[in-house]
Amino acid sequence: MSDTSAPGRPKAFSGMPLSRSLFSERNARYLMPAPAVVAIAAMMAFPVVYTFWLSFHEWFASSPKGPAFVGLENYYKLIVTDPRFQGALIRTFLFTILAVGLQTVLGIAMALVFNEEFAGRGLFRTLFLLPMMATPVAVSLVWLMMYDPTSGLLNYLLSLLGIGPSLWVADPGIALLCLVVVDSWKFTPLIMLIVLAGLSALPLEPYESAIIDGASANQLFWRITLPLLRPTIVVAVLFRSIDALKTFDSIFVITRGGPLYATETLNIYSFVTAFQYFNMGYSSALLVIFFVIVMTVSVLCMWLRRVSW
Amino acid sequence: MVALDSLKWRRRAKRIFLYSFMLFFSTPFIFVFVWMVMASLKTHLQNTAIPPLLIFDPTFENYQRVFTRTPIVQYFNNSVIVAIGSTGLGLLLGLPAAFSIALYRQHHLALAVLSSRIMPGMSYLVPWFILFSALQLIGTHAAVILSHLTVTMPLVIWILIGFFEDLPRELFDAARIDGCSVYGAFARVALPLALPGIIVSGILAFIFSWNNFMLSLILGGSGVRTLPVAVYNFIGETQIDWGGLNATATTVTLPIVFFVLIVQRHVVRGLTLGAVKG
Repeated sequence: MSDTSAPGRPKAFSGMPLSRSLFSERNARYLMPAPAVVAIAAMMAFPVVYTFWLSFHEWFASSPKGPAFVGLENYYKLIVTDPRFQGALIRTFLFTILAVGLQTVLGIAMALVFNEEFAGRGLFRTLFLLPMMATPVAVSLVWLMMYDPTSGLLNYLLSLLGIGPSLWVADPGIALLCLVVVDSWKFTPLIMLIVLAGLSALPLEPYESAIIDGASANQLFWRITLPLLRPTIVVAVLFRSIDALKTFDSIFVITRGGPLYATETLNIYSFVTAFQYFNMGYSSALLVIFFVIVMTVSVLCMWLRRVSW
Repeated sequence: MVALDSLKWRRRAKRIFLYSFMLFFSTPFIFVFVWMVMASLKTHLQNTAIPPLLIFDPTFENYQRVFTRTPIVQYFNNSVIVAIGSTGLGLLLGLPAAFSIALYRQHHLALAVLSSRIMPGMSYLVPWFILFSALQLIGTHAAVILSHLTVTMPLVIWILIGFFEDLPRELFDAARIDGCSVYGAFARVALPLALPGIIVSGILAFIFSWNNFMLSLILGGSGVRTLPVAVYNFIGETQIDWGGLNATATTVTLPIVFFVLIVQRHVVRGLTLGAVKG
């Protein structure tokens, strides 16, 4: 079979010179991405498979004994008898929903304001990139300093308003909310910038005819702007949700999951299980469940995205 | 005349309202950085003063102390080595892959790259920790660079696919007709034309490796401590040295500010992996 007449050949290369018949030429489509594919397989696919295997074993990295097969015991313990897991599961979703919800509402509101023409608009846009790009550990610790119950800035601001001091991240009741604030500080500008890009691409005609028909500014927003922006907003929310589920740096640095597990999410719990208790098998089972959750949400996202277009 | 005047006033009032609204909304986003730099210039007493000081005599003693009494220069070097190593490796592996995906429209491969970005980093970390422990690689640059590759490579590939797809296909056809191999077309035509994309993706990959905390914390051990881990270690003390912490935090943030200025138009695209054009 001659490759020259193969029907699946890319049309772009019709009339190719002889060099194409070389092995390396014919298989360029496999050879060029091969190093990256090998790297993905070794660094990402293999670890996932190994984690899956380990999740059916009991193994403490701190003990000399090797992994012992225990079947579904890890999963049973997690799902049925571990209240810490159930708490972490609920908190992971609570954190994600609160954080992404707040960021979306604020982000859209800010985008509408910043969509106006004004001097210094470019500078503002650049400054808004900093919270999401600055080293998470560094800015999280600045927040920890501001949340300090005795000498922190936030309690001082509260006292100016005549409100008594709060324990902030040391208060189990509101610690998770404090972390939602930090996450929103980082990523509200991201949603805002995405929505801004969407706003600048909106067609003018619907507005023109609506204004002729006497629509109010309110109606323009709810009836035209928001529906037209829907695809943009959906993408922003979904991408943000996938990342928010996996939030690690800010939670770990500010509260380490405390106080009293009040901010322990699945990611933090699996980290603590693996690298503080060295309970590798249990942590692996936790990670498999976490992984399934993240994947489900992602697939749901892709599906929703397709539906919305 | 009166009507015109009131219209002018209304416009002016709207302008004032808009500016104050914007100032009110953007202040918190900028202020955290201002507070960080301020705290890095305060003495320990000033940092724990009640109420917090907004006006004070700035001092550079925190920077002086951090740079002379802690191995921060070494941590800085570690961060640079890891970020450059993982970015370079990411580009080396990612460039031909991105070119191939764009040229042959290998959507499945693109999806595989995307899914590697979606997976939680923790699910890689446990196996690597076990593997690298067995190989006694914990605390080496190699272990940290390899792990950061999972951050840099998908990012580089994803951004470069966009750049390669934007190049006119006729250019490759012309090169091929002139006797170039696919690899020749890649090296002599695509690479030079995609240089802006290589720079943008390289800088973004550098930033994400520079910022990474979790992988460096576990796989770097005490041998290869990067700057984010060094900042974190300040809160292990019984009494937190806020001045030193913020001096280190400012040091780790400063290069990012510089890089963000260069790639600003592409940051959003990098964070959402090309889902949004803009």
